[in-house]
Amino acid sequence: MILRLATRSLMARALTVGLTVLAIALSVALFLGIEKVRTGARASFADTISGTDLIVGARSGSVQLLLYSVFRIGNATNNVTWDSYQDIAARPEVDWIVPISLGDSHRQFRVMGTTPAFFDRYKYRGDRDLVIGEGAGLNDLYDAVIGADVAQALGYAVGDAIVVSHGVASFTDHDDQPFRVAGIVEKTGTPVDRTVIVSLEAIEAIHVDWQQGGVALGGPAGPATPVETIRAMDLTPSAITAALVGVDQRTQIFGLQRWVNDYSQEPLLAVLPGVALQELWQIVGVAETALVAVSGMVVVTALLGMMAMILSSLNERRREMAIWRAMGARPATILSLLVLEAVVMAALGAILGFMLLYAGLWIAQPLFDAAFGLWLPIAAPHAQEFAVLGAVVLAAAVASLVPALRAYRLSLADGMMVKI
Amino acid sequence: MTDPALALTDLRFAWPGRDGFALRCPDFALGQGETVLLLGESGSGKSTLLSLICGIVAAGPGQVRIGGTDLGALRAGARDRFRAEGIGVIFQQFNLLPYASVADNILLPLRFAPQRRARAAKGGCVMAEVQRLCAAIGLPDDIVTRPAGRLSVGQQQRVAVVRALIGQPPLIVADEPTSALDAATQDAFLALLFGQLRAAGAALLMVSHDERLAPRFDRTVHLRDIVTTPRVAA
Ligand SMILES: Nc1ncnc2c1ncn2[C@@H]1O[C@H](COP(=O)(O)OP(=O)(O)OP(=O)(O)O)[C@@H](O)[C@H]1O
Ligand SMILES: [Mg+2]
Repeated sequence: MILRLATRSLMARALTVGLTVLAIALSVALFLGIEKVRTGARASFADTISGTDLIVGARSGSVQLLLYSVFRIGNATNNVTWDSYQDIAARPEVDWIVPISLGDSHRQFRVMGTTPAFFDRYKYRGDRDLVIGEGAGLNDLYDAVIGADVAQALGYAVGDAIVVSHGVASFTDHDDQPFRVAGIVEKTGTPVDRTVIVSLEAIEAIHVDWQQGGVALGGPAGPATPVETIRAMDLTPSAITAALVGVDQRTQIFGLQRWVNDYSQEPLLAVLPGVALQELWQIVGVAETALVAVSGMVVVTALLGMMAMILSSLNERRREMAIWRAMGARPATILSLLVLEAVVMAALGAILGFMLLYAGLWIAQPLFDAAFGLWLPIAAPHAQEFAVLGAVVLAAAVASLVPALRAYRLSLADGMMVKI
Repeated sequence: MTDPALALTDLRFAWPGRDGFALRCPDFALGQGETVLLLGESGSGKSTLLSLICGIVAAGPGQVRIGGTDLGALRAGARDRFRAEGIGVIFQQFNLLPYASVADNILLPLRFAPQRRARAAKGGCVMAEVQRLCAAIGLPDDIVTRPAGRLSVGQQQRVAVVRALIGQPPLIVADEPTSALDAATQDAFLALLFGQLRAAGAALLMVSHDERLAPRFDRTVHLRDIVTTPRVAA
């Protein structure tokens, strides 16, 4: 009966109560949503590369190396010479090695030069292989294999011609040597989706007329070298950006890493992807904590709003309290009535927030996927989320003690008659 | 042995605060089933006295005995329970929780008074008793499910009477229950109230400043005759 009266009382104040519940719901949805994005991002990053034991690049930070070589975020400060690459490849521990050459772009997407072995060695999400859904792999010098997002965003099909731009975000095109879309990689949820993959030789070929560093901003001087001449040239690169390495036995990883890091001809860096990822989390962790703290504060704000709302309603409800008292309710009953009210509001808010979260996830899932290549799984809520909801309800009960204790004191002081 | 329904002996009380209103009641009693009209000017302390009698505020020295029980000897919780069990309260107006149904309003004191609830349910179920009282006091049958806030003031006062009478508490305390009603409604209201009082055998202490109501009551008392209000100067 008391619960019924409490809900009736709340329904009678539907507007203010509704707004309070909505505020709690939004804050809960935000809090849980940020948690979802956070764990989703971590999982997605962790799933991006597997099967690779070491990443080798010019000496810089291990996080930086990981970011530019795997996630195509940022740029390499330096290259690895082809000689060094050959030296590493010749090491007995090395089972396989795949070179990567970055630096050019096509529209908003990066272009990556590599060898066909990339398609066999690159693994993601556990042990999954890249699958060329349409067309075929790299066969001709001017073949390009594009990621699913590239194909979708630019509307490309197999056989289309594309022109690669020099550098990233530049306006000078290698338009004398157009590429042909040879294949499209099926969606992976990794940066491969947003990459144009060409052969290592092709990267060399389009730079034939560009002397080291580029002659002039306006492009190469003089007439372009005919394509036939280029095809006949030796297109072995002089340098690459990085290399992915697999070892024979896992126990050899550290030995090889030490060897690369001590390599005397050139300053190099070899990192274990998992270790570099851990380092990345340490950096990102601070921002993450801040984000979680802020969203936590939003929940606190919503609860404070509820507290203020109950407090301000007390005055107009003193007569109601006097009725309860006259009918035999103890002051403690009045206190529990207000706590109950807060708990009902918080529980409604938490449930509504949960529904908002899942509705939001359902809507945002394709958007996040398209914008960040981040796939947020819609899974059954786990215990931790229920714990958050429980904590919100508990916090609401505690917060409501402030107005409830005030009502307690008022109801003792008011006597039977409340003069308003 | 018949204890009086209500007996006050050397009761003293002051509202908290330096200039808090204070009153003192040396001796006053109300017999079982007796109806008394308590007259007094505004601000003379009538409502304060009723709060003391109901045990909503605790008296200082002196005694409030209701049906032989000394309220001062009870702890706060027991006093609240005692009020729920033994006293029906009617206010001037705004008697009901506006958002709750009429039935919930009537049943509210029973929620805190199991014995009174058992008495109310003796004729069958509690709702049957609610219906019977509503009909007896001239409220329409379908009223019990309506929200109390939608009723007219006169109807609300009658619902308050039903709520005070249900489960037959031996004492009814009413604080100017008719002042919000017009003259014709007042008369009908009092006729119904007295009819039900006699049927239930309850005593009534009703506060008013309207002397014209006096003939209906067994006895009329002026507050200034039973209560002294020392001006709190010292
Ligand atoms: N809850 C309270 N706290 C402090 N003082 C109070 C309280 N209630 C009443 N008083 C004081 O007690 C005095 C008497 O008030 P009370 O309400 O008992 O008079 P009353 O005779 O019922 O008047 P009315 O006819 O207007 O209802 C007043 O001076 C009032 O200020
Ligand atoms: Mg009064």
